[in-house]
Amino acid sequence: MGTLSGVILRGFGWRHAGRKRWAVRSVDLRIESGERVLLLGPSGAGKSTLLAALAGLLPEDSGEQEGTVEIDGLDPRKGRERVGIVFQDPESQLVMARCGDDVAFGLENRGVPAEEIWPRVDDALRRVGFPYHRDRPTAALSGGEQQRLALAGALALRPGLLLLDEPTANLDPAGATLVRSAVAGALDADTTLILVEHRVAEALPLVDRVVVLEAGGGVRADGSPEAVFRDHGDALAADGVWVPGRTVPPRRATTAPGDLLLTADRLGLPPRLAPTDLAVRAGEALAVLGPNGAGKSTLALLLGGLLPPGGGTLTASAPLAGRDARTPPHRWRAPALAARIGSVFQDPEHQFVTGTVFDELALGPRRTGRPEPEVRAVVDDLLARLRLGALAGANPYTLSGGEARRLSVATALATAPRLLICDEPTFGQDRRTWLELVDLFADLRDAGHGIVTVTHDAEFVAALADRQLTLARPAPAPGTPDGDRP
Amino acid sequence: MPAQGVRSTSSRAAVRSQPDAACVFSWFVFENWEQTMDNGNRWRTIDIVVASVIAVAFGVIFWAWNLVWSATEPAFAFFPPAQALIYGIWLVPAVLGGLVIRKPGASLYCELVAAILSALLGSQWASITIVQGLLQGVGAELAFAAFRYRSFRLPTAVLAGALTGLSAAIFDFVYWNKAYDLGSYRLPYALLTIVSATIVAGVGGWALTRSLANTGVLDRFPAGRERAAI
Amino acid sequence: MISIEPVAAPGAPLARRNPVAKLAAALLFSFILVATLDPVAPAIAIAVELALLPLFGVRYRVLARRAWPLLVSAAGILVTLVLFAAERSGRVLLEAGPVVVTSGVLLTALGLVLRTFAVALPGVIVFATTDATDLADALIQNAKAPARFAIGALAAFRLVPLLGQEWQAISMARRARGVDAGRNPIAKLRLFVSTAFVLLVGAIRRGTRLAVAMDARGFDAGTPRTVARRQRFTTADALLVAGAVALAAAALTASILLGTYRPLLG
Repeated sequence: MGTLSGVILRGFGWRHAGRKRWAVRSVDLRIESGERVLLLGPSGAGKSTLLAALAGLLPEDSGEQEGTVEIDGLDPRKGRERVGIVFQDPESQLVMARCGDDVAFGLENRGVPAEEIWPRVDDALRRVGFPYHRDRPTAALSGGEQQRLALAGALALRPGLLLLDEPTANLDPAGATLVRSAVAGALDADTTLILVEHRVAEALPLVDRVVVLEAGGGVRADGSPEAVFRDHGDALAADGVWVPGRTVPPRRATTAPGDLLLTADRLGLPPRLAPTDLAVRAGEALAVLGPNGAGKSTLALLLGGLLPPGGGTLTASAPLAGRDARTPPHRWRAPALAARIGSVFQDPEHQFVTGTVFDELALGPRRTGRPEPEVRAVVDDLLARLRLGALAGANPYTLSGGEARRLSVATALATAPRLLICDEPTFGQDRRTWLELVDLFADLRDAGHGIVTVTHDAEFVAALADRQLTLARPAPAPGTPDGDRP
Repeated sequence: MPAQGVRSTSSRAAVRSQPDAACVFSWFVFENWEQTMDNGNRWRTIDIVVASVIAVAFGVIFWAWNLVWSATEPAFAFFPPAQALIYGIWLVPAVLGGLVIRKPGASLYCELVAAILSALLGSQWASITIVQGLLQGVGAELAFAAFRYRSFRLPTAVLAGALTGLSAAIFDFVYWNKAYDLGSYRLPYALLTIVSATIVAGVGGWALTRSLANTGVLDRFPAGRERAAI
Repeated sequence: MISIEPVAAPGAPLARRNPVAKLAAALLFSFILVATLDPVAPAIAIAVELALLPLFGVRYRVLARRAWPLLVSAAGILVTLVLFAAERSGRVLLEAGPVVVTSGVLLTALGLVLRTFAVALPGVIVFATTDATDLADALIQNAKAPARFAIGALAAFRLVPLLGQEWQAISMARRARGVDAGRNPIAKLRLFVSTAFVLLVGAIRRGTRLAVAMDARGFDAGTPRTVARRQRFTTADALLVAGAVALAAAALTASILLGTYRPLLG
């Protein structure tokens, strides 16, 4: 690893081209070589933009800059070989089809002599504890393994400054642990580290200093973790940061479950999901847990009437399905399905159909044949309940992660289904959106809706679920893709 | 990549005439990008990758087309003239690539990558697809070049659609349709191809670029910066 | 599922050849055959292609699976020719209203169908035996293709299986929103376009992030790249190209000598 890499920011600010708002502004910060810094701040405070600036990844023509950034006295755009960065999404930072080739990619770019490349690749893979041969296809790795590979790709270039931009946000708990232990094991004593991470408790063992950015610009707090959380813990928690040691009081059902809505009898889809029995009732929240590859997402699709079962049966009861109770849900016409079972997908963007937030919410009620004044009323109510009122005319794809998640839940609610099936609804959300989702789902449950949540989020389960179902991985067929993302 | 979808539904579409000239031309263009295209016309990494990704996404879209429309496939296969109507769909990437990337060679590159991908995916036309992709890319490329890569408005897009349709039609005319009757088949087929390409690839490609710009995904491109600051 | 993995046995003698050599051989072989419309030259070429198949490590079943849509195309050629043939020489075999089938029409159809197969198969065989990474490496090292473009395309190819899964997820998400088309072809087309649009938005988003990640690892550093995987163009590769030209030329010569040659142009 290189050494030095002291970082100095003086009044730094950046505004992306085409935006009125500054992404980050008035940041004065000095980070010495070898420091380990956790960078915090509310959503939209510009943490990722700051890391991109440090990595030299904000081209001059892509926005407007204020102040200066220096790494060892150089503009980061000119000293890029001193910096390595790992991003959040594994799928969009791996370049090559084979693991070894991917680590070699950076070395080739830097003109490392051919005979040195493979020893350095093997060395980097060893340092992150990569368990496979370098010929392994990158597509055959789990999310956690892919992030370890991305870390190896950054470390192979021997950066003095390592930047990690929420490297575990897209991973299940096991994958996240894998990546954090790889970071801990791979760092040299003189490597400078700057880490952005919502889940503070897990990140603390890696850092010795915490810097908090203010949403409107500037640095709100800077110091040891103890001092920062003592003085600013409450304000940070209110801003959506997962401050350690703050638990949420659980919201359990206050009444006994009502009508039986859906029954699965040996429901399965080989090789993705082993036969599964379950029953969902109105007025209860059921959490489906299990490791990656157990078929949780597949189960959500089957329960949502979106995939034909590969075995067993799925029966909807008369209170849910009315006169369609004899037909399995995957045979229902889409409008009838949407009025009975709402599905919320992992990626909110997959569900968007129209060009504005308003039309997005109006689509379901219009499809199910509601008159226009009624549609307006439903939409206005949802806009208010999910704090989307100011965005009614916005294009759904321009929303932030939290807004997009709230919209995708709202669209499922617009047709007032009795049953709601959610796949990792809290995935990658800050604490504020997370709390809103807990409250929203609890309110729905108490109003008599049935709720099934597929999730890795233990805290979410603790806060909301009345009942749990844990899936086991079906007998493994090596190399079989399982359609179950983190 | 015109036609690899069409190709899998039926026979025409694949074509070539003077393929060697096209290869040499494109190679010349690619080679010289690196040296001469500085000052604003040099391709940034994001230009290269997004152009490639557009091509790849269309490869997947054409694959899905064959899944979704497999029921109607035999109709097209047994009566090839019908497919001239939808010919333009296969030419969208050429126009879209040019409109989004706005750099010399973008149309050509998108079509070429899309064609190589379809060959790797197992298209039954394989190397023919590549030659054809190149030639059809040249059609759209000429339209953007005619405006010296400075206009990317609707009329330019329409011209790009028409020219890529024309290049497709000429090659079909010479290669695939040689043995058919001129008045009742070859000419109507060529005209339908051009009309379809003008409407679907030209107007459609332009509308698609605008819709994409509205989602914010083109913010790093001039095409995405034409909307008001938000 | 959608995949760009090669399907051949990797150790087969001709599959192992340099990808640029294989591609050049396929292209040249096809180009030469395009020159004629007669059935003899393509028939010889198809025989040669099928005979060489084991040397590429491709099983006949695999080839049949990839090439069967050509059969559908062949039927299309026949139908179109029966309806729209430019000349109807020879003996009249069938006459039903406007449909006049003559021996000349059938001979032309045979030529076109055989040509379709003869021209397409070499490419099918080559791409079935070629890995995308090897092809990009060879294009850069042996054909002087610009590295940034070849690697950029290769990086995008990695997204193919992912985008295939995404297509299915988006389709299911539409249904969950209450959007389906039933049997209405217009609604079906609209649904298709809207699904394709979401796919494209996601793909461009990914591509943008991927480009940033590539730059972070020095892709645009401007220093001359080195290569970790060496692709060599050997004498054997040159012989493969020469062999392809010679075989195609021989097929063409045979058709000229037999007097069946019918030039495409003129």
